[in-house]
Amino acid sequence: MNSAAFVIIAILTLAAALAAASLPKLIHAALSFAVAFIGVAAFYFLLGAEFVGLVQVFVYVGAVAVLIVFTILLTRRDVQGTGKPNWGGAIITIAVFGGLLWAILKTPSLSVAAPQIEALTVKRIGGVLMTDYVWPLQCVGLLLTAALIGALILVMENRDEG
Amino acid sequence: MTPTLQLFLVVSAALFCIGLLAALSRRHAIFILIGIELMLAAANLNFIAFWRFGPHPQPPTGVMIAIFSIAIAAAEAVVGLAMVIAVYRHFRTTDVDQLGQLKG
Repeated sequence: MNSAAFVIIAILTLAAALAAASLPKLIHAALSFAVAFIGVAAFYFLLGAEFVGLVQVFVYVGAVAVLIVFTILLTRRDVQGTGKPNWGGAIITIAVFGGLLWAILKTPSLSVAAPQIEALTVKRIGGVLMTDYVWPLQCVGLLLTAALIGALILVMENRDEG
Repeated sequence: MTPTLQLFLVVSAALFCIGLLAALSRRHAIFILIGIELMLAAANLNFIAFWRFGPHPQPPTGVMIAIFSIAIAAAEAVVGLAMVIAVYRHFRTTDVDQLGQLKG
């Protein structure tokens, strides 16, 4: 595992995530969101989970980011007032980050180096998905179907009631 | 020097807190959804990091949980964005501060 690659990916991901959270224009935030998720996928590649990285790129950059852009275009006439910043949220965020950082840095068993592993092949993932995780897989299929129907019902225009 | 588990967890905590900041401090509903997605990505990064730094050989549990979590996050994003569109159609706004009809 390369530490230079780690630093570059970390800076890219966090900068893009910060831009997604703080840019005033929604469309810029949506594009920064896509860049941040490419950075997270690069972390997965660095950690040896190539399949999850590819799934992340397909699902988030390919589908969710495009969906967000579509929603922005459909709700475009909305006023984009930035308003005054919400300091309560910033204080809570800093407190949570401090707590997490304290917990991570105070735990000595976390400062381990990565062990050598054999590569996790897609064949192995598919095998495990079809044996140990077949019921969760079915449940996710049901959930995705329910989400599809639910999204259609939510956005369907009710023409009878006007 | 190779990066340790701690560094990955610090990056993941920073990503989570950026998502929390977006979800708590922005007023636009789509920004809140972006923040929630960032927090979910931070959780997935933790799963993968703990799988990679755990004792080996082991079944790829962390990878499996991350895959299922990505699928569930996609379903959540679809329903959330459909709700944003439905709310916009009804109230002509996506500013969550103006959606206070249930407030006593």
